[in-house]
Amino acid sequence: MILAVMYYFGLPNVLGTRVSRAKRYLVRTAWRTIITIDRKGVRQNMDRKKLYPWYFTGGALIIFFLLCFLPGMIGIFYSFTDWNNFTSEVNFVGLKNYKEIFEGNSEYIKYIMNTIVFTIVTTIMKTVVGLALALLLTQKFVKFKTFHRMVIFSPQVMSYLVVGLVFKSMLHPTTGFLNNFLRSIGLDWLAKNWLTDLKLVFPSVMTVDTWKGMGYIMVVIIAGLLSISPDYYEAASIDGASFWQKFRCITLPLLRPIVINVTVLNVTYGLRVFDMIYSLTNGGPGNATGVINTAVYKEFSKGDFAMGTTLSSILFLFVLCLLYFIIKSMENKEVDM
Amino acid sequence: MGNIKRKIFSIIGNVIAIITSLVVMIPLIVLLINSFKSSGEANSMSLKLPEKWMFENYLVVIEQGKLVSSFFNGLLYATCSVLIIILVVSAAAFVISRNFKGINKFVYYFIIAGIAMPINNVALMKVMQALHLVNTRYGIVLLYAAINIPLSLFLCYGFIGTIPREIDEAAVIDGCTPFKLFTRIIAPLLKPIISTLFVLNFMAVWNDFTMPLYYLNNSRKWPMTLAVYNFFGAFENSWNLVSADIILTLLPVLIIFILGQKYIVGGVSAGAVKG
Repeated sequence: MILAVMYYFGLPNVLGTRVSRAKRYLVRTAWRTIITIDRKGVRQNMDRKKLYPWYFTGGALIIFFLLCFLPGMIGIFYSFTDWNNFTSEVNFVGLKNYKEIFEGNSEYIKYIMNTIVFTIVTTIMKTVVGLALALLLTQKFVKFKTFHRMVIFSPQVMSYLVVGLVFKSMLHPTTGFLNNFLRSIGLDWLAKNWLTDLKLVFPSVMTVDTWKGMGYIMVVIIAGLLSISPDYYEAASIDGASFWQKFRCITLPLLRPIVINVTVLNVTYGLRVFDMIYSLTNGGPGNATGVINTAVYKEFSKGDFAMGTTLSSILFLFVLCLLYFIIKSMENKEVDM
Repeated sequence: MGNIKRKIFSIIGNVIAIITSLVVMIPLIVLLINSFKSSGEANSMSLKLPEKWMFENYLVVIEQGKLVSSFFNGLLYATCSVLIIILVVSAAAFVISRNFKGINKFVYYFIIAGIAMPINNVALMKVMQALHLVNTRYGIVLLYAAINIPLSLFLCYGFIGTIPREIDEAAVIDGCTPFKLFTRIIAPLLKPIISTLFVLNFMAVWNDFTMPLYYLNNSRKWPMTLAVYNFFGAFENSWNLVSADIILTLLPVLIIFILGQKYIVGGVSAGAVKG
């Protein structure tokens, strides 16, 4: 078992390399045989193009192309115009919209910064809390594990809008539950204007988002933890490893693909966040919690379509730059369940 | 010594677990209790039980909040778009997974890129107008299908990879056409992934709020999320009614969650873990 651990971490030892070489050889031979059989089978019995006709992908492709991809492209085109709701004329204006966003100290810069801060902070908070909860709820000494897991996961199935409304009522400065509770246990000084105080509002929003999202991360990480063979821990215990050492040298490296994966999901969610902020604060007070997508909606309802589509396109291009890493991380198959 | 230490750890661990569960549950319990209070009592939200249980709050909400029609709208949008998704995605995933090269490979990456790409809602308006889909029920159904196709395809593709190809070969030798192969042989084997897709997409559509906000401006076509948002705006000071409305909106998804727990948890973790 210790050998297995060492083998896994690629520690240089003679026996380990020999085993792995032999293994590699076996796998390669088996693989070759399978491929030959497969090729023969295909050649004799079926023509892949005929058997798996391309038009089966047609439905998904057309719907996706028309309603997801095309708007993205058209949006980039219109971001160079002055398209709005008041005239039917659309004039080409070059980079004017982009200049308006990036030049000087415009409110749009604030929205973009807010989006980035929101993404980074919520991703870190959710991952840390989710990881901690996952570790806690896989320990033997915790009672009613399944119940806790289910409860903590449950906000995940609620609508972002509803969660926003729930917390809008919970965090109301005079009638909300949180402040009432704090006053009733004598902590009056802690009762704050959670959603109207300029300093507090953004942290409050991010905390609510963590409240909703942590259960998902927890469940995913638990699935990952359960797929780690207990042999590793057993071997490490025999060698006298402490809890922290086991966590750092076994759990974390084996969880790495999953953590990367959920991080990517959180980042793409954070960049696109809209419902939660719209229902909690609607970007207010002022534009303290405005993010790109709430700004897009604001411009859209004002009728300034060009600005809305420019903001959207910036987000689109930004995610496009990250796309390669996102898809790579989704496709990793290091963990099998 | 070690025994005492372990005991302390176990107590601390249990306490933390219980506190976290409470933090998640208390908002919902407070809402549930407040939904039965009279409007004066509900003015200060607390865990105190109501003096008089006002079950009529719910009747008021259902009538004033147009909940019946929005419930059926939501049900219609979710069911129809989920059926479209399952149909097109399973067919596409089958072909792509079995013949993963050339154009199919491109189509696959092209579509799953949509998992991450944001949607340009403003330009989407233009496309919807050109296709005469704005403010129509089938428009919103198609839109929901479109935005949920990428993740569904990704999950379905992964699943079909686990069905052995020998089945196809056997079917072909017995004289199956591609269409028959898919409907008679492959589709029945897809039951587990179809249930997962059904539950996940149903909840995604049911919970969505952005699309109707942009593309439906007729209150008779609103799904439940938009109805509850508007109700909140109109009755912001009657917390008891607002609570009842929120509870009624939560109820369907919580029921689906409890019934379909296996598929949801399986689905979300498969999406991330299995990849």
